[in-house]
Amino acid sequence: MPLLYTQNLRREFGGVVAVSDVSIEIFKNTITGIIGPNGAGKTTLFNTITGLDYPTGGFVFFKGEDIIPLPAYQITRKGIARTFQNIRLFKEMTVFENVMIGRHFRGNHPKFTSNKYLNFIMGRIFVAREERDIYFNSLKWLEFFDLLNVRDEYAKNLPYGKQRELEIARALATEPDMLFLDEPAAGMNPQETEELMGTIKKIRDLGITVVLIEHDMKLVMNICDKIIVLNYGRKIAEETPDDVQNNPEVIEAYLGKSDE
Amino acid sequence: MLNFILLIIIYIGIYAIAGIGLNLIVGYTGLLSLCQAAFIAIGAYTTAIFMTALHFGFFEAMLLSGLVAAIFGILIGIPTLRLKGDYLAIATLGFGEIVKNIIVNWDSVTKGPMGINGIPGPQAFGITFSAIDKVPWAVLIWAILAFCYYFVRRIVRSRIGRALEAIREDEIAASAMGINTAKYKIGAFTTGAFMAGIAGSLFAAYNQSVAPLTFDFMMSIMILCMAVLGGLGNNFATVVGVIIIVIASEIPRLVGISHIIPPQINQVIFGLILVLMMIYRPQGIIGRVKLNYAKIIKEEILHLEK
Repeated sequence: MPLLYTQNLRREFGGVVAVSDVSIEIFKNTITGIIGPNGAGKTTLFNTITGLDYPTGGFVFFKGEDIIPLPAYQITRKGIARTFQNIRLFKEMTVFENVMIGRHFRGNHPKFTSNKYLNFIMGRIFVAREERDIYFNSLKWLEFFDLLNVRDEYAKNLPYGKQRELEIARALATEPDMLFLDEPAAGMNPQETEELMGTIKKIRDLGITVVLIEHDMKLVMNICDKIIVLNYGRKIAEETPDDVQNNPEVIEAYLGKSDE
Repeated sequence: MLNFILLIIIYIGIYAIAGIGLNLIVGYTGLLSLCQAAFIAIGAYTTAIFMTALHFGFFEAMLLSGLVAAIFGILIGIPTLRLKGDYLAIATLGFGEIVKNIIVNWDSVTKGPMGINGIPGPQAFGITFSAIDKVPWAVLIWAILAFCYYFVRRIVRSRIGRALEAIREDEIAASAMGINTAKYKIGAFTTGAFMAGIAGSLFAAYNQSVAPLTFDFMMSIMILCMAVLGGLGNNFATVVGVIIIVIASEIPRLVGISHIIPPQINQVIFGLILVLMMIYRPQGIIGRVKLNYAKIIKEEILHLEK
C-alpha cells in the first residue's frame, strides 16, 4: 500500500481549475519528482496535500487516513513536512531557533516528580528537560547540514544556498515520514545542485520519503525513482524517468505540437 | 519630594505590568493591539465594583480583575485569527472605544462619567495600604511586577515563546512547522489582557477611585510607545521604556517648573522623542537580543542535576 495517495484531488479557484482530478501514489522510501510547465498546478497540489490550501474535491490518504479535514499543523504532526518555493524562514530569528521551532511539538513531555511541587508550578523541570531535548536534537540537524558555525546568525543574513538548506533542516527537525520540497534547487549554481542531490539521497537513506517539485531536469532525472508530470492541472504521466523522457504527451507539453 | 518619587515608582510599576503584557502581544506575537487601555479599564472597574458594591477583599478582586480581563482577551483574540496587521489594529481600536463607551453609559453599574470613588485600601500582612503611606504600595506593586516579569521570561524562553516569535515572523511557515497558531495567538492575547487587568486593579485600588476618561485611546498609545521606545520583543527594554516615559512626563513637576510651562509641553517633548527614535533607532533603545542557547541549556542542565 502506498504511504500517501490522492484520489481525484481537485482545486478550483473560481472558474480556473488549478488541480484537476489528480490521483497519485507515493510509496515509502522513494524519491518522487513532480514536473510540469509553469502554472501547471504543482505548488497548488503541494498546498492541498499539506493542508495550507483546501481541495474542492477528492481525497488525500496518508498512512491509510484521510487527512483532508485536518488543519496544516495537524498534518505536520502526522509526519508530513515541507519547504516553500519562496523561502519562508523566520528571518529575525537565529539559525538555531529556526531549527528549534521544527522540534516544537516533538518535545518529550515528562511527568513531574511528586516532591517538586514548586518546580511544577513554574514548570521548571518540565521545561528544562524539554529544552534539553530540543537543543540536542536541533544540534544534530545543524550538524547534518553543516550549519553549526553560523548557528547564532539571523536567518536573513545567510547566503541563499544556506537558507535553502536551513529550510530543509527545519522541516527535518519535525521528524517527518514524508518531506515535500518545493523547488529546492531554484537559484542554485551547478555545484550547489550537485551537493543538494547528495543531500536528498542522504535524506532518503534516513527512511524519509521525498517528494519534490523541480525544474532542474538533471536533478530530477538523476535521483527520482518516479516522475509525475502535470499540465494544466491534469496528470499526464506517472512513470520512471526513462519512460517520461520518451513520452510523446510530455514532450508536447514542454515543447508544443509539431506542425506536420 | 520623597513622596513624589514614590509616586513615580508606583506608576512605573503599574505601567510596566501592562507594558510587559502588551509586549507579549505586540513584540513577541506580532499582533498590533491598540486596546491595552480597555483591558486596564476592565480590570480597574472590576476591582472598583467588587470592592465597593460587593465588599470583596482586594486580592480576590485583583485576581478576579485579571480573569475578567482575560475573558475579554479571549473574545478579542478570536477575530485575530482572521485579521492581520492594520486591520487587526483597527479592530482592537474599535474594541477599546466600545469598552470606554459602555463604561461611560452604563450608569447603574459604573456610575457613568462620575466614576467610582471610595475604594477601600487593602489590608494584608498586618498593614493597611493607604494613599498616604506609599511605601507598602510601591513594594506590593513592584513585587507583582517582578512576578509578571519572571512569568513572561519563562514563557519566552521556552518553546512557547519561540512559537509566538515564529507566528510573528511567518504565520504560514509556523503552521507548517506543526504550531497551532490559533491557540498561541489567543493565548498571547489572553495573557497580555490578564496582566493589563492586574495593572488596572492596582491602579484603581491605589487611586481609590476610577473614572472612565482615564482609559482612553491615548493611554493605549502611550503603553505601545513605551514598548516600542525600549525595544519590542524584549521585556527588560519595555521596563526601560516605561521608566523613561513616566519620568519624562513628570520632569516639569519633578524640577519644580510646572507653574511656568504649560502641561501640554509634555506631549510635545514626548512626540519629539518618538520622532527622533524612529529616525535614528527604529529597533528601540535596547532592541531585541539574541538568546545564547548554549549558555541557557547549560543552566537548565545544572538545574536538572540539582
